[in-house]
Amino acid sequence: MRFDRRKDLLGLRDVEREEIEAVLETAVPMKDIITRDMKKVPTLKGKSIITVFYENSTRTRTSFDLAGRYLSADTPNLTVSTSSVQKGESLKDTIKTIEMMGPDVLVMRHSLSGAPHYVARNTSMRVINAGDGINEHPTQALLDMYSILERKGRLEGLKVVIVGDILHSRVARSNIFGLSKFGCELRVVGPSTLIPSDIEKLGVKAYANLEAGIRGADVINVLRIQKERQHGALFPSIDEYRELYMVKPEHLALAADDAIVLHPGPMNRGIEISTELAESSRCVVNEQVTNGVAVRMAILYLMLGGGRDEIAC
Amino acid sequence: MKLLVKGGRVIDPKNSVDEIADVLIIDGKIAAIGRDLSVDGDEDVVDAEGKIVCPGFIDIHAHLRDPGYEYKEDIITGSKAAAAGGFTTVCCMSNTDPVIDDGIVARHVLRKSEQAGLINVLPIGSITKKLEGEELSEMAELAREGCVAFSDDGNPVMKSDVMRHALEYAHMLNLPILSHCEDLNLSRDGLMHEGYYSTLYGLQGIPAEAEEIMVARDVKLAVLTGARLHVCHVSTTGSLHIIEQAKAAGACVTCEATPHHLTLTDEIVGDYDTNTKVNPPLRSEAHVKALAHALASGLIDCIATDHAPHNVESKDCEYAKASSGISGLETAVAVIMDRLVHTGLLHITDMVRLFTVGPCRVLGLDSGTLTLESKADITIIDADAIRRVDPATFYSKGKNTPFKGMELRGWPWMTISGGRIVAREGRLA
Repeated sequence: MRFDRRKDLLGLRDVEREEIEAVLETAVPMKDIITRDMKKVPTLKGKSIITVFYENSTRTRTSFDLAGRYLSADTPNLTVSTSSVQKGESLKDTIKTIEMMGPDVLVMRHSLSGAPHYVARNTSMRVINAGDGINEHPTQALLDMYSILERKGRLEGLKVVIVGDILHSRVARSNIFGLSKFGCELRVVGPSTLIPSDIEKLGVKAYANLEAGIRGADVINVLRIQKERQHGALFPSIDEYRELYMVKPEHLALAADDAIVLHPGPMNRGIEISTELAESSRCVVNEQVTNGVAVRMAILYLMLGGGRDEIAC
Repeated sequence: MKLLVKGGRVIDPKNSVDEIADVLIIDGKIAAIGRDLSVDGDEDVVDAEGKIVCPGFIDIHAHLRDPGYEYKEDIITGSKAAAAGGFTTVCCMSNTDPVIDDGIVARHVLRKSEQAGLINVLPIGSITKKLEGEELSEMAELAREGCVAFSDDGNPVMKSDVMRHALEYAHMLNLPILSHCEDLNLSRDGLMHEGYYSTLYGLQGIPAEAEEIMVARDVKLAVLTGARLHVCHVSTTGSLHIIEQAKAAGACVTCEATPHHLTLTDEIVGDYDTNTKVNPPLRSEAHVKALAHALASGLIDCIATDHAPHNVESKDCEYAKASSGISGLETAVAVIMDRLVHTGLLHITDMVRLFTVGPCRVLGLDSGTLTLESKADITIIDADAIRRVDPATFYSKGKNTPFKGMELRGWPWMTISGGRIVAREGRLA
């Protein structure tokens, strides 16, 4: 499968290594465009990319929006307010309505796992998953991989640890699917209540102890604690979480010499990551934001043919 | 009215019959079984050579949705689906609207089934009023109006004291409680079996223990009360172990398994096809294998469809929003034949037992046999017929099935209800 031949990007579970490499390579010249004074190329002129978000998000949506604009595509937004859902329109009908207005790509975020897969089966538009429930967030994982590659020069063989609520994290899942295709040694760290069943079968080692999990790591990806997902007694309190799992500068001493720290944002400073660490040169959270635009430009460019007419469905 | 079913392989587990024979039906009753029964010339003849002639199949667990949810199914369409699927008796669950917690609703079911005039429909009364899990239904009245068992299927009775009293009360009436075993606290928010695939697919899991904990509780309560407990749609190895121990200890415990839990694993949920969403969820391969083994060993008492038809809108949506359930009456026999009998996991005579005397023993019915003078309910199987599952041809209003498109070998060939041919090769006669 070539990335530029695929109709949809729903998750990294079913994306091949070569496709990921194509995205990461294409993102390099894209990042160059962002840093220019004149941030616009005509590549996707006449294309339209609609972002439909069933869940609040500012950074992912803005990132897609700008990525499209830098490539000269039109990027309308549709905010699906709770009220319009309450009017009873089905997801299928909403998507059909959008499709009939003619956009080329639908960028969709939804609170339910599998919703973009369902949509993709029911529309001729290309669908990019911008996060579905607790399942996948493929563009976030691709930008994480790009950020790692940029700093480390390679992905192969790196020790990558993901810290936090693994159970409810689409970021963790997509990172695991993506990085495992590059032979990374993957670990997750979090309270036992937030580690999903049989995670080892994905080739991931799970740790309840932060120090043990971080030891020797080249990359530490710190997840945001999503307070809204903690219904039920999954951990006793934010205070205790901070006590056990907040990543601080002293943890870097346990990691590899030039270890870097990632965070998908927005950060809860002083809960999952200390301010000191967040602001250190080892933390690449700001680069991730720029890289996110570059990677999304690369994805849109490849999926929409970048001006070439050879795109197959 | 005479009907002669000639030359089929007659399998009647209750009477230990497995031989090539003719079956003569007179006035809706089994009149004779034997080789080369003499022909008067005034009877209709069915040439059943090469076919398997069995007592009419019985499904003790179906949702016919009537009254209240007739847009999903009604007793007429459900009866047609049953007849086409080879069933001559179907027990319908109480989660209708209004609930079958009152004699008048049971009467409605029976009256409408008479109107359909195809097969026997036997109502199952609810355990608690409005399925709320709080107050017992008027079980004696329900029994008097024809209910053959009690169940709050779909809404597990969470309160142990209520379940205890339900078992005691049903025991007094000598009727079983059919229990949907699920700890709702443990299964909350779950969408599929918890394990490797729920982690892979990013769907909240339901651990096997959500079922097993309640099976253990109900078994304990069955022992305490001496009542008859039947565990619905058993789906895990742990549940099987508990039931095995209970049976060994002499408790009055029986259980059923569904064709889908016996043949499909959680792996197929990966496309987020809502037809795979069912409660209890499709389990992992180890559970599925254990279930098939327990079916062959006799630990599982009967096969039941848990026929759960839904309208298109309840399934054509996001996975989490979709209703649970599989429309099963028209595929059950073929799924078991193809996946279990033809693969050598289950002997054909065991399959017949599991669809006939098995369910009868659970409910204490004296049907499910070809005993002389009994009602001529007969299911004839064509073990080699090959057909593709096409929900568009279902008589059921529910087209929701994960077996869609599968090619299966071994289908019901004819359904005879009360001496009358009601279906042939999946179509109503």
